[in-house]
Amino acid sequence: MKLRIFVTLKNGVLDPQGKAIHKALEGLGFTGINDVRAGKLIELDVADDTSDSSIDEMCRKLLANTVIENYRVEKA
Amino acid sequence: MKTAVIVFPGSNCDRDIAVALEAVTGTKPAMVWHGETALPAGIGLIALPGGFSYGDYLRSGAVAARSPIMAAVVGAAERGLPVLGICNGFQVLTEAGLLPGALMRNEGLDFVCRDVALTVANAQSAFTSRYGQGETITIPVAHHDGNYFADAETLDRLEGEGRVAFRYAGEVNGSARKIAGVLNAAGNVLGMMPHPERRIEAAHGGVDGRRLFEGLLETVGA
Repeated sequence: MKLRIFVTLKNGVLDPQGKAIHKALEGLGFTGINDVRAGKLIELDVADDTSDSSIDEMCRKLLANTVIENYRVEKA
Repeated sequence: MKTAVIVFPGSNCDRDIAVALEAVTGTKPAMVWHGETALPAGIGLIALPGGFSYGDYLRSGAVAARSPIMAAVVGAAERGLPVLGICNGFQVLTEAGLLPGALMRNEGLDFVCRDVALTVANAQSAFTSRYGQGETITIPVAHHDGNYFADAETLDRLEGEGRVAFRYAGEVNGSARKIAGVLNAAGNVLGMMPHPERRIEAAHGGVDGRRLFEGLLETVGA
């Protein structure tokens, strides 16, 4: 089973990297950009019988730092 | 006092902290590889050094915090053994859940490597007893991810409980409330971004860092 795990910064957590990307896009002449937030995509290939709770635990214990990040799991 | 320095792949201040600990305690620290599962017997302090454990993959300190040795470090911290995490060591302590908050990319995105002025916000802890309350000291920083973040409620609690050990006197990395070092609730775990081990003899340009280790020896090493 293929999983795509999206890790993003929580609302209210400043994202210096997103800000830098935003500035760089504007530097290239793109206009109308309201906001940029940078996150991570982690792809896992796991056994088909891997339970949702086990996947959730992987996210909470390592893949995301829930102090600053949210995560969302997509099954392919 | 016997001490232990945890060494992760990518640690690079492990030798500096070992030199500082030996200079102050008179005893060479045990260097403990991250793959070990037990700490040496009879140690009075565990130090987590600076560096770039696991190349800062995933998040700074994230992979190191799940190393085999960390279960023993967490257990020892919970039993009250002093644990000092410097720079990457601080990041590891937050990732391991021993300290609240997280260390994010510096607000200005630059790697900051210079001397900074720190204010001693709590001079009552085992780590800070040789400093004066509110004293300004100079200690170098060298980090990319030192921007301390915690939610407002956590920050209020840390301040209310005297758990902010050090603050930056000026703007350094965007840290919430200029926090440079925090203590756990019991006061036996300190994480700080600045490097006290790089200010232990006159040749370093000052000895403001040495007092942290001397204070520790006095409060916990007897």
